[in-house]
Amino acid sequence: MDWQILAERLFGSNHAIRADGNLLHGSATFDDSDIAVIGTTGHVAIGFELALAQARLVLDEIARHPGRAILLLIDTQGQLLRRRDELLGINRSMAHLGCCIDLARRAGHRVVGLVYDQALSGGFITSGLIADACYALPEAEIRVMGIPAMARVTKIPEDRLIELSKANPVFAPGVQNYVAMGGVRALWSGDLAACLRAALAESPTDDIRAVDGAARGGRRLAASVVQRILRAP
Amino acid sequence: MLMAPGPAPTDLQTMRFDFDGTRRPGGFTSVLVGVVGSGNLEVLVEPRDDDRCAVEIRTSARGFETIWEAVLCNFHERHALAGVRLSINDMGATPAVVSLRLEQAAAQLEEVSR
Amino acid sequence: MSASPALVAGGSTGAARPHRISYAECSARERLALLLDSGSFHEWLPPVERVTSPHLAQLGVPWSFDDGVAIGRGRLEGRDVFIASQEGAFIGGGVGEVHGAKLAGMLRRALRDRPAAVLLLLESGGVRLHEANAGLIAVSEVMRAVLDVRVGGIPVIGLIGGANGCFGGMGIVACCADRLILSDIGRLAISGPEVIEASYGVDEFDSRDRALVWRTTGGKHRWLSGDCDALVDDDVAEFRAAAIAWMALRRPLTMASLEAEHALLARRLHEAPPGADALALWRSFGVVEADAVPDLDAAQVRALRPIQREG
Repeated sequence: MDWQILAERLFGSNHAIRADGNLLHGSATFDDSDIAVIGTTGHVAIGFELALAQARLVLDEIARHPGRAILLLIDTQGQLLRRRDELLGINRSMAHLGCCIDLARRAGHRVVGLVYDQALSGGFITSGLIADACYALPEAEIRVMGIPAMARVTKIPEDRLIELSKANPVFAPGVQNYVAMGGVRALWSGDLAACLRAALAESPTDDIRAVDGAARGGRRLAASVVQRILRAP
Repeated sequence: MLMAPGPAPTDLQTMRFDFDGTRRPGGFTSVLVGVVGSGNLEVLVEPRDDDRCAVEIRTSARGFETIWEAVLCNFHERHALAGVRLSINDMGATPAVVSLRLEQAAAQLEEVSR
Repeated sequence: MSASPALVAGGSTGAARPHRISYAECSARERLALLLDSGSFHEWLPPVERVTSPHLAQLGVPWSFDDGVAIGRGRLEGRDVFIASQEGAFIGGGVGEVHGAKLAGMLRRALRDRPAAVLLLLESGGVRLHEANAGLIAVSEVMRAVLDVRVGGIPVIGLIGGANGCFGGMGIVACCADRLILSDIGRLAISGPEVIEASYGVDEFDSRDRALVWRTTGGKHRWLSGDCDALVDDDVAEFRAAAIAWMALRRPLTMASLEAEHALLARRLHEAPPGADALALWRSFGVVEADAVPDLDAAQVRALRPIQREG
């Protein structure tokens, strides 16, 4: 979904969200209060600089608007695959973004992520996946890596991966699988504003994704492994 | 627990071999040698109540039953372990590497069960 | 390679040792055994419990009884620590559902039991692609758990020295630790050179040029950039000594500390020369004899450092 249409459906005309290149930022009025919006568009690849730019927005939010909820809008093809970014330490820049979002949460900001188009791997770990909870539009796509690249790295034939990705939630890129595994809390459709309202009211502040994954059947071991460790002698 | 279609012909092969042993190690909990890496294997040794040496292998390299049998018979001739369970996860190790890990397992078993 | 008592690293000096043990060549379990006080390691979910991956069999990949990571508690110079050691040889140390849950569970337990520190012996390609989605969520859970532990007041120390390095999502998790110890063999990045080359060509990143790969992502570069707290030789004893030295020194996670980190990263971006040449970057840091760096040992490279670790 185009971000402007999304903004319209969420906030009507009550928003001041801008795109600076592929960086989205601004705020909107929502249910008599303001909500901050930070994110990306254009399936942009997140490099050192873009991760840092988002971190700046989060830090400014914490400083200037204590307690204001933050909506992270996610549309990315993943981390930028450039030698320069690796040289400069893209992992440190991304970790910094993650730490800033984490700080916002602890400082009392509700942080909700929404994958409205694509989310891949590194571009997702330090945004949507570190929010209080991450949501997605039904038509969105979340994946770790494209199948041809996965086939190259794993040495498993593409045919086998394609076959598995039809039936097996672990491989299929559809957001429904991420819901089943607890990675995405719910899908938003229909009245998106109502979905946002519910998300702001109901998103957990503890990481319960493994518990969700077990309850929903998509990830049956993770939660029980954690419990076994907590109980082990 | 698996949600995918059933095993395809290219999937893992499981083999079992049983031997009657004579040399029971002293008390021990377990021994682990090796690593499941390309061309490598891990061997987990645990006690059993009876006098058998029971070997179970899971391997991604299909079709080498006779070689496994030969290597294990050789190992058993040397050590004749009794009352042990050997569980092996293999990712295409050569017979030489398999023998090496088995020898390492036997050596560690001797050390810990003294 | 069993760890006989004669080879256990007991001392913590930097003096040359007659029996240097290569950290890179050790398995995950050997590193654990040699790093911690002798015999102090107690494992949770050990191999005999066979907590294995439910996803690998359908791909014809054998499981490992510990799913490629050993976790537990032990002692470091008499102090209680929790520890995890990733086995880089098992599917590149990739994080799958169980592997990730073992890391997250150990971290959750640390928050409850409050050891003196958590040690993460990191060697990983990141998300285990064979478990794709489950692995991605798992890495995210590890990341949140690391931050929970730090905010809880327990230092998290990352050690990176395996031949496979620390990449992908784990390369991000590593930067969420309080302290990082790298050897010159260790590498820390997100995308592997092969992936970059496949996307943008050999001129962007020649993945077979080992010197280039290590200049770009290796321990010496991360030390000169200020991205790690210690640079050690490929020596288990040096890793142990560094872990002991750094385990009490937390980095706070406050507005002030994150603003300082931001300023550091912004300055780095602003001041870096154009292009992707490590030598040019090091010269911009004030390292006069940048060309010599690849041939220097860890002690010599340590002496060169001009960059602050923290802003």
